[in-house]
Amino acid sequence: MPLIAITDVRKRFGANEVLKGIDLDVAAGEVCAIIGRSGSGKSTLLRCVNGLETIDGGSILVAGTHVSSEDQQLRALRLKVGMIFQQFNLFPHLTAGRNVMLSPMVVRKMPVGEAEDLARRMLDRVGLGQKFDAYPDQLSGGQQQRVAIARALAMQPLALLCDEITSALDPELVNEVLAVVGELAADGMTLMMVTHEMRFARQVCDRVVFMHQGRIHEIGPPDELFSAPRTPELRQFLGSTAH
Amino acid sequence: MIEFSTWDILRNLLLAARWTVLLSAVAFLGGGLAGLLVLVMRTARRPLPRRFALGFIELFQGTPLLMQLFLAFFALSLVGINMPPWLAAGLALVLWTAAFLAEIWRGCVEAIPRGQWEASASLGMGYLEQMRHVILPQALRIAVPPTVGFSVQVVKGTALTSIIGFVELSKAGTMITNATFQPFTVYALVALLYFVLCWPLSVASRFLERRLNAPHRHH
Amino acid sequence: MPGGMAMAYVFEFTWILQYAPVLLKGIAVTIALTAVGAGAGLALATLCAWIRTQGPRWLRVPVVAYVELIRNTPFLIQLFFIFFGLPSAGLRLGEMQAAMLAMVVNLGAYGAEIIRAGIEATPRGQVEAGLSLAMSRLQVFRHVVLGPAMRRIWPALSSQVVIVMLGSSVVSQIAAEDLTFAANFIQSRNFRSFEVYFVVILLYLALAVILRQALRLAGERLFSRGRAQ
Repeated sequence: MPLIAITDVRKRFGANEVLKGIDLDVAAGEVCAIIGRSGSGKSTLLRCVNGLETIDGGSILVAGTHVSSEDQQLRALRLKVGMIFQQFNLFPHLTAGRNVMLSPMVVRKMPVGEAEDLARRMLDRVGLGQKFDAYPDQLSGGQQQRVAIARALAMQPLALLCDEITSALDPELVNEVLAVVGELAADGMTLMMVTHEMRFARQVCDRVVFMHQGRIHEIGPPDELFSAPRTPELRQFLGSTAH
Repeated sequence: MIEFSTWDILRNLLLAARWTVLLSAVAFLGGGLAGLLVLVMRTARRPLPRRFALGFIELFQGTPLLMQLFLAFFALSLVGINMPPWLAAGLALVLWTAAFLAEIWRGCVEAIPRGQWEASASLGMGYLEQMRHVILPQALRIAVPPTVGFSVQVVKGTALTSIIGFVELSKAGTMITNATFQPFTVYALVALLYFVLCWPLSVASRFLERRLNAPHRHH
Repeated sequence: MPGGMAMAYVFEFTWILQYAPVLLKGIAVTIALTAVGAGAGLALATLCAWIRTQGPRWLRVPVVAYVELIRNTPFLIQLFFIFFGLPSAGLRLGEMQAAMLAMVVNLGAYGAEIIRAGIEATPRGQVEAGLSLAMSRLQVFRHVVLGPAMRRIWPALSSQVVIVMLGSSVVSQIAAEDLTFAANFIQSRNFRSFEVYFVVILLYLALAVILRQALRLAGERLFSRGRAQ
């Protein structure tokens, strides 16, 4: 059984249909990259999986739970799926450590001491153990994004959704974040990531999804997709993003 | 006619100013609590409380405070309750303050980027947890300067209660004017006392705002 | 039940129609006061904002004092000072003149602060570009700074005008015959206080809504793109 099962998902914003029937299964431990032009619907798809957008048709199942707009169910889902954002979205009024501790404490009712231990372990895991007491505005973009990853990991999710997590970073900071994601992949974390980093997608991912105009246009192992694109749209897309 | 020295006038005004301060404090604290309630309704997801809050705010921001005072004064006497001026004054000012503070605070809540809601939601937090741990702590910080600034409006607003017969600084000014026939001096002194009450609040509000906009805000 | 008395009270609104002319006159006076207050007040406000940001230094101190004094004292006291206090200093004004003066002076101070904020938000490059085109400081202010600044702060300015319109209800206290004066007059005639004030408060609400819309439309017309200042 797939961990994430997306069936005929449709989503519209007003008259604009952004997702026109998406079918995609992601197995546990699989690393799946979603590529495509801006406006192709890839971020929307990711946000639907986490219930940040409500879908207009079809269904999404995560570990057997339906993604619905009902509050209780939505929270149960979000305990299973973590999300990393393009703009980090760290809580600016809390230190890095407190950012990681907050949700375990208020949602899982974890005692402070235990949450602190957990937060230190998670920050160590992303190489920021020494930044426990730093506030977000004292950290570089790359460090902030790594704290955001630690924060999501602290909830012990079954899968992580990464929404263009390196797009807001200066080029020299991209690699430190990708290195952390690469380690997660190697540890067997299930990942769905929208990305523009083609080389990284090629090295790390099990499968690549190319989205075009609200549909999955091509899907397959990275070597196949990148070396032998079958459609002119993918060929053109890869051509325009080649370094 | 009794002879009033400037000192006599000032002393009487100062005594009356205590009531201005007290009424301002009551209106501000009561209005703050009621305003919090209106704020929660205004930002609620259900349409019914939201619409109620919207109507409440529109009514109190879209009509003169003086009319609200008249209506509070006469509405309850109509039910047979003999409304003392202080009660009508307190009631109208509390509701009026609540409407304005709720709207100021809503602006602060909405100034928090959407990403903060999304990040906390994706960490599994519910609405109240998001509000309590993520949104309000940030909104509160930016809410302090405009809230202090609005307290100036509350102090000045209490002047209108003189019209329905509550004896505070403005009413005392009118009464002393009628006894001394020195309107120029008396009203200048009344204005000066209001200024002494309000100006520090204005300055504090501006100072807090500047500090908020300075870098390294969390220390 | 103690509430029985209250239940017996019958609300009656139709009689108010006979006072329609009184109410209409009150509305006209309130609108006239607001129009004058807004027009002259904004002119005064712009002048003060200019002085505070780039005017001669010796004028800045009195302007700051004026703005702070008005913003930190109640409108009612300003009105009383002008109407009752100034005659002993030799300036005797009728109630309408006093009301208008008070409103202009009041909006002038609030508007000055709002416009100043708009001016100070002007990117430095705009001024430098203007100066480098050999414009004088005043020309830069008039042609480069003021337009975009007004556009930025038009919403804030509009709310202030609405606040001043609502605040004008206290001019009834010096017997200027505005809408509130009309309400008091009718109330003194037939003692149906609640109904009178209820109707009049709704009239104010309607005035506020209409004024807000009118200012929004005016703003759109004044500041629509592709239109020379």
